Amino acid sequence: MTEATAPVMPAPAPIVNPENKPFWDATVEGRLVLPKCQNCGSINWYPRVFCPECGKFGVDWIDAAGTGTIYTFAITRRGMGAYGKAGPYVLAYVELDEGPRIMTNIVDCDVDSINIGDKVRVVFHDTGSGSALPRFTPVS
Amino acid sequence: MGISGAAFIAGAYEHPLRVIPDKSVAQVHAEVAAGALADAGLSFSDVDGYFCAGDAPGMGGIGMADYMGLKLKHTDSTETGGSSYLVHVGHAMEAIHAGKIKVALVTLAGLPRQASANLQMGVTDTPEGGFENVFGPTIHGMYALAAKRHMHEYGTTSEQLAWIRVAASTHAQYNPNAMFQNVVTVEDVINSPMVSDPLHRLDCCVISDGGGAVVIVSPDVAKGLERHSIKVLGHGEAPKHSDNGKIDLTYTGAAWSGPAAFDEAKLTPKDIQYASIYDSFTITVLEQIEDLGFCEKGKGGEFVADGGLISPTGRLPFNTDGGGLTNNHPVNRGGMTKILEAVRQLRGEAHPAVQVPNCELALAHGTGGSIGTRMGSATLVLGRD
Repeated sequence: MTEATAPVMPAPAPIVNPENKPFWDATVEGRLVLPKCQNCGSINWYPRVFCPECGKFGVDWIDAAGTGTIYTFAITRRGMGAYGKAGPYVLAYVELDEGPRIMTNIVDCDVDSINIGDKVRVVFHDTGSGSALPRFTPVS
Repeated sequence: MGISGAAFIAGAYEHPLRVIPDKSVAQVHAEVAAGALADAGLSFSDVDGYFCAGDAPGMGGIGMADYMGLKLKHTDSTETGGSSYLVHVGHAMEAIHAGKIKVALVTLAGLPRQASANLQMGVTDTPEGGFENVFGPTIHGMYALAAKRHMHEYGTTSEQLAWIRVAASTHAQYNPNAMFQNVVTVEDVINSPMVSDPLHRLDCCVISDGGGAVVIVSPDVAKGLERHSIKVLGHGEAPKHSDNGKIDLTYTGAAWSGPAAFDEAKLTPKDIQYASIYDSFTITVLEQIEDLGFCEKGKGGEFVADGGLISPTGRLPFNTDGGGLTNNHPVNRGGMTKILEAVRQLRGEAHPAVQVPNCELALAHGTGGSIGTRMGSATLVLGRD
């Protein structure tokens, strides 16, 4: 049996604050950016201007390749809130090629055909509120 | 180092109801407080320290202190989700050892069945929230993420996870207060509807109203009580978080809180005769059993299979009240009930069908928050004195 993910995934808007605004501004332009510590060079996640590796403030927002692999995923049969009527959708952690494992969704796929370790690339779903959600789709 | 034995659990009480349509949350807190104090042979006026978490109405412990008329020298509202109450026992022992207080009350209560329980994380302006909540991470979805990865790395199967529910349900048939008293099979679990692949409905805990309380006292106070008090031998607590993008979902904070508790108690997992293990989902139990050192990492599936957790014959008798999976998971916070059943076992007051013979050393472990992102973990090693 094959089961496709919801054709139109809900795209609830995150709360954008001064610290994470550079990240969300880039998503509207179709760019996935990551904070790189100006002191130790660590590429951090989740986005923040503080570096939890060396304890210093100050990052450069670098462009990520936008590709990675599926670290793990779950097929949620019934969501809540904005996802209440989404139908089955895939919640996942994707390990970016730059290193960080980030929570996301796998979209535009047959849920029975994806596996841990599959290569994926980023797509953006506009929230209509000055941000776009970075989701991932299998690279065929 | 440590303060092993510096405090005793003198009173323990579990609310008998699982659906409570006609009471307030504060009222249920006070009911379980009264129950635990009566069990200890103490009264509200003896309490000089009060411990509660986010389920208590009001600011910290002050609102409930007002409601119950407590005159306090010490309050602690440490919030680590469902593990909070095990943390509180450890903190109460510290305060007692420091000579600040003699009688500590810890309460948990709530009525999630009386409003539509919102199981999705709220969209609030936490620093990480915008990078997680927008993707629809339900509670069961986040635990499914961990289960999927554990299966991938170690070959754990749905059938092995199902054995955890089978053991819990086998115990629950003897608990007249349990929400689900029917014994289920491995097939029942894996044939129940999928909630978040790979977790089925019967891999998930119940949602119940209710609560519980414990009273922690100094050794001097314990000596003067008729009721059999239980010695707190060791306590460990540790948060686990997303670790700057290096999150690893195959283990829990029990990997740190467990060794800390065993070190303080100067005991090892092999010494433990009964364990209360936090069971929000079957995968929670499996990972914690490995992390606490009851078996090698990755071998939890084999350990729990074929009745490994069924009391009194299994490798590790666990959750003999039926646990959160079948008995009670008040306010979606299962830590208090973990302490309560460990106390029953050490007092020899569990149901005879599931009582571990001559139970002298037990463990209670709690998780709070989400195994899929950030969690609190707390472990208690307890002994019959």
